[in-house]
Order: sequence, then structure tokens, then C-alpha cells
Amino acid sequence: MEEKVIYAMYDDDDVLKQGAKELVKKGVHVADVFSPFPVHGIDPIIGVKPTRLGIAAFLYGITGTMLAAIGLRYFMIIDWPMNIGGKPNFSLMDNILSFIPIFFEFTVLCAAHGMAITYLLRNKTLPGMPARNPDPRTTDDKFVMEIRMSENSKFSNDELTKMVKGTGIIEIEEKVIK
Amino acid sequence: MHKEADIRKPLILGDKTYRDITDDIIRPIESKAPKAWYILILLSGILALWGIGCIVYLLGTGVGVWGLNKTVEWAWDITNFVWWVGIGHAGTLISAVLLLFRQKWRFAINRAAEAMTIFAVMMAGLFPLIHMGRLWVGYWVFPLPNQFGSMWVNFNSPLLWDVFAISTYFSVSLVFWYIGLLPDFGTIRDRVTKPLAKKVYGILSFGWTGDAKAWNRFELVSLVLAGLATPLVFSVHSIVSFDFATSIVPGWHTTIFPPYFVSGAVFSGFAMVQTLMLVLRKAYKLEAYLHVKHVEYMNIVIIVTGSIVGVAYITELFVSWYSGVEYESYAFLNRATGPYWWAYWSMMTCNVISPQLFWFKKLRTSLVFSFFMSLIINIGMWFERFVIIVTSIHRDYVPSSWTYFHPTWVDIGVFMGTLGIFFTLYLLFSRYFPVLPIAELKSILKSSSESYKEGFGHGKGYWDKQLEH
Repeated sequence: MEEKVIYAMYDDDDVLKQGAKELVKKGVHVADVFSPFPVHGIDPIIGVKPTRLGIAAFLYGITGTMLAAIGLRYFMIIDWPMNIGGKPNFSLMDNILSFIPIFFEFTVLCAAHGMAITYLLRNKTLPGMPARNPDPRTTDDKFVMEIRMSENSKFSNDELTKMVKGTGIIEIEEKVIK
Repeated sequence: MHKEADIRKPLILGDKTYRDITDDIIRPIESKAPKAWYILILLSGILALWGIGCIVYLLGTGVGVWGLNKTVEWAWDITNFVWWVGIGHAGTLISAVLLLFRQKWRFAINRAAEAMTIFAVMMAGLFPLIHMGRLWVGYWVFPLPNQFGSMWVNFNSPLLWDVFAISTYFSVSLVFWYIGLLPDFGTIRDRVTKPLAKKVYGILSFGWTGDAKAWNRFELVSLVLAGLATPLVFSVHSIVSFDFATSIVPGWHTTIFPPYFVSGAVFSGFAMVQTLMLVLRKAYKLEAYLHVKHVEYMNIVIIVTGSIVGVAYITELFVSWYSGVEYESYAFLNRATGPYWWAYWSMMTCNVISPQLFWFKKLRTSLVFSFFMSLIINIGMWFERFVIIVTSIHRDYVPSSWTYFHPTWVDIGVFMGTLGIFFTLYLLFSRYFPVLPIAELKSILKSSSESYKEGFGHGKGYWDKQLEH
């Protein structure tokens, strides 16, 4: 679907934040912000919800703990109990102390990698993906605000441009994206 | 905008803007490498090849080519393993622990320290593998279904815990490092002009965009990975110490080992970071980002961990006497006064006495002295592992089997070879990867740089007015 988009460029993160605040107050919906580093405090202004990756990491972690418990119980208790220095080998609970290191390592392994893979997939950052930032300068020292026309149908094109121009921008660009 | 007290020393010196940070850190990647780089990589490449040759010879002939004998059956191989793992601890510790404590000075060293971690853990992992003698059956360390009566690996053994700990540590550190690199690769991708470089950095950057949601996720992923990596750092070296502590060899089975090894690892890791970073700083002109204040912070960590190590050495001596066990007492008496007295006292001098010089502000803020000390500590920490491993076993319960360990050329060659491989990888990293985290340095520019503290370009007090929003 073709869509008209306004890209407003700023050269300072605080000016951008202030501008976004003013625009949002007037009822403009800011779709996204591209910046060379995390601009703290921009998320609540433009309505980006906190990520749920932390919850995902926790779930991956407990999955890891459970897999380790099931695996160790099978290897060391059910399938081939070994008598090592007389340590109890007939029940998981009695032997669990010497399994704690592996439980821990496996929990961390699953949580870290599960979260990292989810992160890459959710961000659509994978090897060979094309760069999708609107301007190459946004990874250097410029900050770009993306405003979609379709999300701001109550304003006309001119009204929107005028409002954006009043927020201390250095460049403005209208683009039709697919 | 977050602003810190003006009384704090700025972390980024000079009149820097966001663009300057990009320029300063990408310059070495874009410009031609200096002649010294070619000379260094040639030297370390030769050393690496020599080491690989020694490893091939070792695997082809058998571990008998090492200087091991029936009494000293662990020596340089495990010494080198523990030494490299120890060095491999600073990187993740700097990134993870200092991130949890929100220490902004970590940005001067975290990227390069993480790279150091990864390469050091690779070198460490090599030693248990080649020390098996039969590298081709190395996969037996994993619990795989098999035809040998369905025998499983022994999950009660610290040696197996090590397999899991080191591989988890390596892979999690790698992911942590790479996720941090993505935005910086994006910066390089959008900047370089040569088509090949653009293509390669494009692939490496995974198509990083830097939109608000991506940064939101980035910060949380960094935080959670740091939270996971911090206990991991502690667990890995504790488990390495269990390799010794759970045995019944006098001099090894010591309950103090886990904390003692962990602080020793941090101690040696920070020393190695200094060795590498002080050279890198000079070569790549990064004086504005890594200066005396950062080095002083690192030296303070070195005094703290070095003193913990010192207390541990003395506690060991005391407990060996206090235990009343004659074998235990002898093991420590023999360390200090036996045939290996020179190794013990080198360790004591390098690790306990010399770091105390950092109590003098003049010395801990001197870059030349810090570099010199970092080398001393690296050497001292190698001796520590050697002393623990070899002096504890070279005189066992039967005096007729008492021996002295002599390394062969293969022992020395393999160790030198790992140094060669490590420096080759590190030189390649410093040439093609951003050695400082570009994005993160920009995020502290306003709060902690000299240019914003002094209000360069805008006049003093400009940023205080901006604080209103």
C-alpha cells in the first residue's frame, strides 16, 4: 500500500524530544523516530510500549531449567545410575546439589540465546537484511521523525508541514513509501 | 536530559560533537593501516603458525611430547587454560557488572574488552581440547546417545561442569558483544563509500535501522544479558576452581578457591585490558575517550582485586598451618621454600606487593607505570596458576616419585602460539571493527563530556537552561 510520509530531521535529541512533545500535544501521531543512539524518554512521548522481551527471556530461562532437570534425571538417575564416590544415585532430589551448576548454566544458555534470537527476529535484523533507515545520517548525528499521513487524517498536508516546521527542524522531506 | 555533577571529571575530553565521535572511531577503519600494524600482525601471525605447528605435532605424536611425567601430570596446559580463562573474565565483567551499576566510564573499554574476552576464551578452550590427546573424540564430552553401553558423561564432575560453563560463557559473551556491535556496524555501513566495504558492513549490520522500538529493545536486551552474564562470570571461574578444589590433593582442596579464583580472574583481566587498551589508545589516537581518569578507575579495581588475592594467599598459608594436617602444611611450606620457591615469590611480588603501589595517586594516574604494572600482573597471574598446579603435585606422598617439571619446546611453543593467535585476532578486530562503542559514547556525550560540561559552542550554562524539558 502506498503511503505519504513526512520525514523531519533534527540535529539534536533534546530538540527532537521537545518537538515530538509539542506535536503530540496538538494531536499529531508520530509513527517513529530514528536516532544514532537511544534517546531516553522518547518512548512514552510517541507511544512506544515497553518491550516484552524480558518476559520472553524468563520463559526461555525456565524452559532451560526444566530441560536440564529432565535430561539429568534421565542420564544420571533413570538410564544409567553411576556410583560416584557413594553419592546418592537413585533419586533426583538426593543428587540435585551436584547438578545445580549445570542447571544454572543451561538456564542462562537458553535464556540468553532465546532472547537474542527473538530480539533479532522482532527487530528484523538478520544477516543480509537491507538497511531501512530513511536517511544514512540517522546512524551518525541526525535524528529523524517519521509522520504518516494516513495516521493523521484530521490534518491537511499543509497544516501538518507547518506544525512540523515550527519545531526546530533542519530539513523536511515528503516521501511516498510502499 | 540527564546531567551529572560538574565536579565529576568529564569522560570525553575536548570539544566533541556526535559527528566527531563517529569520525574518531571510524577513522582507523577507513584510512590505511599504519606500517606498525603490518609488522605486528606479521609477527603474531608467524607466532600463531608456529603454535599451530606445535599443536599438529602434539596431536600427531601424543601428549608425551609435553614435559609431563608420572608425578606432574598437569602443568603448562592447565596453567595456560586457567590463565586464558582468567583474562577472558574482564570483558564480560566490565560490560555486564559495570552496566548493572550504571558506570559510564565502561564505554571507554567495554567493546575492546569484550573482544579480548572472546579471543581469550577461544585460546582457553583450546587447551582442554588438545590436552585430551585425541582431539577427534572431543565430542565425547557431550551427552550424546552412543553405542558404548549407553554410557553418559558424568554430571557430578566439575570437569564436565567446565564444559558447560565455558561453552555457555563463550557463546553468551559472543552474543552480547555482537548485539552491541550491530548499531555501530550500521553507522559504518551508512558512511563508507567503497562498494565492497559497504556490502560487507551491510551484511554485518544485519540491516540495523535505529528506530525507537529497536533502541527500546536494545536497551532491555543489554540489561537482561548483563544480568545473566554477571552470575555467569562468577560461576565460570568458580567451576574452574572446582576442578582443583573438589580433588583431594593437598594444596588444591581448598574451600577458598572459588572467590579467590574469581577475584584473581578479574585482576588479571583488567591488567590485560590495560595492556591492550593503552597501546590501542596511542595507536588510534583515542586519547579523548580513554584518558587518565579511566585508567585510574581500572587501577582501583586492580588494587581491590589484587588485595583480595593477597588475603587469599595468606589465608591459605594460615589455614594450612592451623589445620594441623602435616601434608597440607607441607604443601604450602614446600611452595614457599621448596624447589619452586622462585615461582612462589615471583607470584607474591607481582600479585600482592606490586599492585599496592597503586595506593599512590601519582603512580595510579601514570599511564607508563600502569602499562608496566599490567605486564607485571599478567606475568604474576600466570605464575599463580603454575604455582597452584605444579608445586602441589610435584612432591606427592611417595618421596621416590618426587620430581621437577621441565617444559619442553612443545609446551613453550603451544603457549607462545596461543599468544600469537590471540594477538592476530585482536589486531584484525582493531583494524576492521569499531574499537569503542560509537552509539553508547554518543549517549553519554551530553551528560559526561567536557564539551557539554563547559558548554562549548553555546556558552557556559547553556545546557542548564535546556534542562527544563
